[in-house]
Amino acid sequence: MSDPADLKRTPLHAEHVRLGGKMIGFGGWDMPVQYTGIMDEHRAVRTALGVFDISHMGQFFAKGTGAAAWLNGVLTNNVNKLAPGHGQYTLMLNERGGVIDDLIIYRIADAEWLLVVNAAKIGEDFAWLSPRVPAGVTLENRSDEFFGLAVQGPRAAEWFGKFTGGKTVPVRNGVAQIEVGGVPLIVCRTGYTGEDGVELFGPGSNAVAVLNAVLAAGGEFGIKPCGLGARDTLRMEMCYPLNGNDLSPERTPIEAGLGFFVDLEKGDFTGRAVLAEQKAAGVKQRLAAFKMIGATPPPRSHYGVWKDGAQIGETCSGGLSPTLGCGIGLAYLPVEFAKPGTAIEIDIRGRRFPAQVEKKPLHRGGTAG
Amino acid sequence: MNVPDDLRYAKSHEWLRADGTVGITDHAQHELTDVVFVDLPAVGKVVKAGEVVCVVESVKAASDIYAPASGKVVATNPGLTANPALVNTDPYGEGWMFKLELANPAERDALQDAAAYSAATGA
Repeated sequence: MSDPADLKRTPLHAEHVRLGGKMIGFGGWDMPVQYTGIMDEHRAVRTALGVFDISHMGQFFAKGTGAAAWLNGVLTNNVNKLAPGHGQYTLMLNERGGVIDDLIIYRIADAEWLLVVNAAKIGEDFAWLSPRVPAGVTLENRSDEFFGLAVQGPRAAEWFGKFTGGKTVPVRNGVAQIEVGGVPLIVCRTGYTGEDGVELFGPGSNAVAVLNAVLAAGGEFGIKPCGLGARDTLRMEMCYPLNGNDLSPERTPIEAGLGFFVDLEKGDFTGRAVLAEQKAAGVKQRLAAFKMIGATPPPRSHYGVWKDGAQIGETCSGGLSPTLGCGIGLAYLPVEFAKPGTAIEIDIRGRRFPAQVEKKPLHRGGTAG
Repeated sequence: MNVPDDLRYAKSHEWLRADGTVGITDHAQHELTDVVFVDLPAVGKVVKAGEVVCVVESVKAASDIYAPASGKVVATNPGLTANPALVNTDPYGEGWMFKLELANPAERDALQDAAAYSAATGA
């Protein structure tokens, strides 16, 4: 465990403590894992509304008329599909096709792009991209300037009307620059929970005021401050990968089941050759979702996965699903065992418990649409 | 934080009653929150003070439970199989975990009393 003194703090740190947050180290940051409890916060997001501090995430801005062509060469998805005001999930790969980071890119103006990257990868991502920036394109790491809040849940659209005094919420995956209470916010209709919602980015000095305005507007919709614990259980139910757990420089997006976010037709990009070959020849392993059967301890990361008396893999994410009431997880498995319905076993402290490979996502009926 | 006077307390946050019953403290359940599974020990298991006896799982993590004193496990709480959240709602009562037949009752006296445990946890 990291020494709290070495951890970075978001502009909302004191608010988390005031709101009763239990603080832990995550990706180099001192963040709330929970306030009232993970189950409680998870339920709030699935049934009403929750707000998460995502100020630790990184913001890069790319500008210039050549930015689109350059971004298409370093990311897997096709940015030319984006009209201004739209965003997409995409991945940044190494030459072997392995994942450096997964991120969302938004086209905030014709020749201006916002990349929102994982907290623990800000330095590594920027160090990877910077030397590759061509003449005529600028790339800025402005992560320290921004706070971020994710407001997520089925009541998000109603809440947004109240919070902004009736402004229109961007379309799904859309982005807009909206002033709320005199604060300029970048509003993104995206999230990591499977529910409707927005992600807000604004100047760090306004973070506390905006959080309190978000909470005040959310009171009538049952809003709850939520920590990283619920963020993890919510994303696991949706089978959204967590970089570092489910994605790694040794695994490609094809193996991770993220082929939908890879455009092999758009022209060359870093890692493309490996992905094209995998797509043609097929992969040996694939990231599969599974569900425990009956009353078992919840699975965690790095537990052995077994089939017919032999180990066939290892879990990369695992935990209890508050919605399903059973253990769930993700594991890279040989493709012949990665099919939904396959019976497997998970080794938990030397005892093997029954589980079954399931279709993704594990939770259906979320309001993210 | 609730710290009953009639119990003794290990630094690892287990309580021990005079009859050998063991559970985790109110402070510990509050820190863990949302207990979702208790991997109870086998009856008959012999443990030394400070050894891992069983594991309690919260939504977030698995945590080891240590024997506050040496002895043999003579009973476990069947109620926790159906309702592990009893550890949260009644940590000193219905949420008990197992009962030890103490090998050396003097070990119990060496544990912290309620005042010392309260002071140590800032309760």
